Amino acid sequence: MNADAVQRAVRRMAREIAERAGAEKADLAIVGIRTGGVHLAGRLRAEIAAATGREPPFGTLDIALYRDDLAERGSAPVVGPTDVRFPVQGKTIVLVDDVLYTGRTVRAALDEIVDFGRPRRVWLAVLVDRGGRELPVAPDFAGARIEVPEGEDVVVRLREGGAAEDAVVIRARRGT
Amino acid sequence: MIGRHRHCIALEAFSREEILEVLDLAVSMKEVLRRPLKKVPTLRGKMVVTLFFETSTRTRSSFETAAKILSADTLSWTAATSSVTKGETLIDTARNLEAMRPDVLVIRHSSGGAPDLVARNVSCSVVNAGDGAHEHPTQGLLDCFTLRERLGGFDGKTVAIVGDISHSRVARSDLHALTKLGARVRLCGPPTMIPMGVEKLGATVHHDLRTAVEGADAVVMLRIQHERIGDPLIPGTREYSKLWGLNVKKAEDWLIPSCVILHPGPINRGVELAPEVADGPRSVILDQVENGVAVRMAILYLLAGGPSAEASGSGRAQA
Repeated sequence: MNADAVQRAVRRMAREIAERAGAEKADLAIVGIRTGGVHLAGRLRAEIAAATGREPPFGTLDIALYRDDLAERGSAPVVGPTDVRFPVQGKTIVLVDDVLYTGRTVRAALDEIVDFGRPRRVWLAVLVDRGGRELPVAPDFAGARIEVPEGEDVVVRLREGGAAEDAVVIRARRGT
Repeated sequence: MIGRHRHCIALEAFSREEILEVLDLAVSMKEVLRRPLKKVPTLRGKMVVTLFFETSTRTRSSFETAAKILSADTLSWTAATSSVTKGETLIDTARNLEAMRPDVLVIRHSSGGAPDLVARNVSCSVVNAGDGAHEHPTQGLLDCFTLRERLGGFDGKTVAIVGDISHSRVARSDLHALTKLGARVRLCGPPTMIPMGVEKLGATVHHDLRTAVEGADAVVMLRIQHERIGDPLIPGTREYSKLWGLNVKKAEDWLIPSCVILHPGPINRGVELAPEVADGPRSVILDQVENGVAVRMAILYLLAGGPSAEASGSGRAQA
């Protein structure tokens, strides 16, 4: 995907989210999963604000403390900041990540978000659904669905993250 | 693992980067601590054992709180109620506890070196919760965390540590960590309470409180140990308070406006610190308590968060 395709995908997802929220637009809240989902969540929020005239509350989740593979890793993963300052109770949370793959990150993010309260519902929005699920997780909104073989990675580069321009590329996996 | 370390015994052995890794992680842990639901599943199924040969309420509670927030199970042993009173040796006690398969063993002991000795004889990670007059690394880390939060950093900052430097494991851990992080450290106390040659560790020595605290960005007031009062090396309480205690007048006259005051607790009110100062706007003593839990969460996460000792084999890495 080039910059133009990324832009269109984000805008379309924002429109779909606003539509599905219907009369409950005021209860929307956007939460990006660190690190890949945060910039994308920021853009979705801006687009939703443009579409609805209302800027939804924004938060970020770092799922390191909720991982299911701590015992299998060589060292404890780096923990980044989680920042959810709005009351989650009764909200429609749009959980945002750049790439949906095994579904394990989303499982961890769901566990973490419910520790902040009981949302009315949680939707999942991803820029790329690459297949390869290991858990029963499905996106509610996806910018693109691309079946990518196991040995390859989907890399989303956004300007906010320092890229010259937005792009989604598929490349061979480097190490593990 | 904290950098190269499987144990947390002494900040003297830690590099600047390793100390910063813990402080940065503690920022995320503090966020967890402030949530309405203070529980993350991170260390589910891990066990943290606290083994205290010296009384302590806050340090043990702090470790237990940290372990519980991370969902680890905790078990606490106290020397007074254990078979130590029946003559069991330190290593035997530790090996018996080890047989219960803990992931982290937290030890406080009145003899310097005891946690290190245990670490050499067990396969789990060991955290020193204070050993004799040697070190109290988690206190040093929480002091650094609190100072960084208040001062914004360490470069060009001056920290005065006042009290019985000779017998203080807190002073030693603070001194090692702060000098590595780039702060200037001044040590102050009666001449009989300052070890000979301590300047070699990178501190300046003062026997006059005023010169020690003037211009300092922070002052760490150490607890004067009551059990040492009456010791010929140590003046009486009133004399100590007059010469090396901090009251409102001295604080206002000598400290720069932004200077903060730390104390590892428990405070002897009216001896090293006047109540108005301990409870005053400069005091960050209660921040230290909260930050202590965050720092200990970071330590437990780094030591227990990797593969369990069993999964990784029993190979003992260097402390």
